[in-house]
Amino acid sequence: MDATPQRAPRPLGLLAELTHRCPLGCPYCSNPLTLEGRADELDTATWAHVFVEAAALGVLQVHLSGGEPAARRDLVAITRAAHEAGLYTNLITSAVGITKETFAKLSNAGLDHVQISIQDNEPGTADHIAGYKGAYARKQALAAEVTRHGIPLTVNAVMHRANIDHVEEMVALALELGAKRVEIAHVQYYGWALKNRAQLMPTREQVDRAVKSVEALRARHHGQIVIDAVVPDYYARFPKACVGGWGRRSLNVTPSGKVLPCHAAESIPELTFWNVREHPLADIWDNSPAFMAFRGTGWMQEPCRSCPKREQDFGGCRCQAFALTGDARAADPVCHLSPHHALVAELAEARADAAYDYRR
Amino acid sequence: MSVSPDAKPKLPRGVRLTHNEAQGGWVLLAPERVFKADAIAHEIIKRCTGEATVAEIVDDLAKTFNAPRDRIETDVTAMLSGLVDKRLMEI
Repeated sequence: MDATPQRAPRPLGLLAELTHRCPLGCPYCSNPLTLEGRADELDTATWAHVFVEAAALGVLQVHLSGGEPAARRDLVAITRAAHEAGLYTNLITSAVGITKETFAKLSNAGLDHVQISIQDNEPGTADHIAGYKGAYARKQALAAEVTRHGIPLTVNAVMHRANIDHVEEMVALALELGAKRVEIAHVQYYGWALKNRAQLMPTREQVDRAVKSVEALRARHHGQIVIDAVVPDYYARFPKACVGGWGRRSLNVTPSGKVLPCHAAESIPELTFWNVREHPLADIWDNSPAFMAFRGTGWMQEPCRSCPKREQDFGGCRCQAFALTGDARAADPVCHLSPHHALVAELAEARADAAYDYRR
Repeated sequence: MSVSPDAKPKLPRGVRLTHNEAQGGWVLLAPERVFKADAIAHEIIKRCTGEATVAEIVDDLAKTFNAPRDRIETDVTAMLSGLVDKRLMEI
């Protein structure tokens, strides 16, 4: 046995959830069901300190997210601090609450890239999904500002039963808005999306059509726009390498300073998270119980432990394993080798056309 | 993409060359993408400011590293052409 402990890999990306406040109410929101309040949010100086620590730890890109990051009045100062720490700054926004004037300040503060979420290709249905009247128009207005400043734009299109047949229209819209990249992101069922699973789940036929459509659009628009697709994993046979492996590539800081291996990690009750107010970020990454819990392959059970793909997909998603089997160490049941795999297909069939339970 | 000696290459907005000790050196950052830049790549990219022409960059590198100009030119042209194709460089 090797006596020297292996050094943990260095992270590349930090998801900074600046706030959980958001004017939109998307029923698939990735924030936890219990949202953190404004009173608990880290202040500007603490975020600035976190960015310096993150760069020293190896982080290259920071994703300024939320909630809606623009709900923070100090977003420009936070962006500048991330830029001055040497990080590549990516703003992930609903576009609501960012005026022309604010955007010009963000651009001057060193913003590198903007990602705008768009809920559907028509204003009426898009605003219905977002639970906010007028959201679609604001997204168009901000997209125009982003491209006018010459900053690369990504359109993030979250797909589910109500809009999955509009993949082609969403890509056309992204092109029209001047985006260089579009994410066709099928809903992942955690948090609010898990709560709304029956209302959001597409049919297998819809998913098959969407996958074919993405392939055709990639060929048609090669060189014009990059189309990235996140697979809808309830219909898959192999699990995704969730966050590129637990505690390997990225970390997430919540509005109150808790550091998580992924944004849904708090759904696993046995985990203990350390806070940037109490521990240096490098210590949290290397030694905190939540990061140690599922790093590497030592925690695995069968069928993962002896699986030849264990270093490729890392057993899939821990949060999904816990949500669907009650055991965070189980194989992600999306995997056809999981004894619970049949359950996933059963759950995908449990669709219902009820009203959305909006994130509030 | 062919690269003319008169072109003045520069990094587009949203692409950034940065140094990170923990990651072991220079990296080129773009939306959702990270490329390690070795010593040669770093020397070439840092000269792409939008002011110097490709010919001037080649001259400067040949002088700085006391290397044959035609070999440097081949390397620089190949690297810039690859970066332009990936939209990591503007000419």
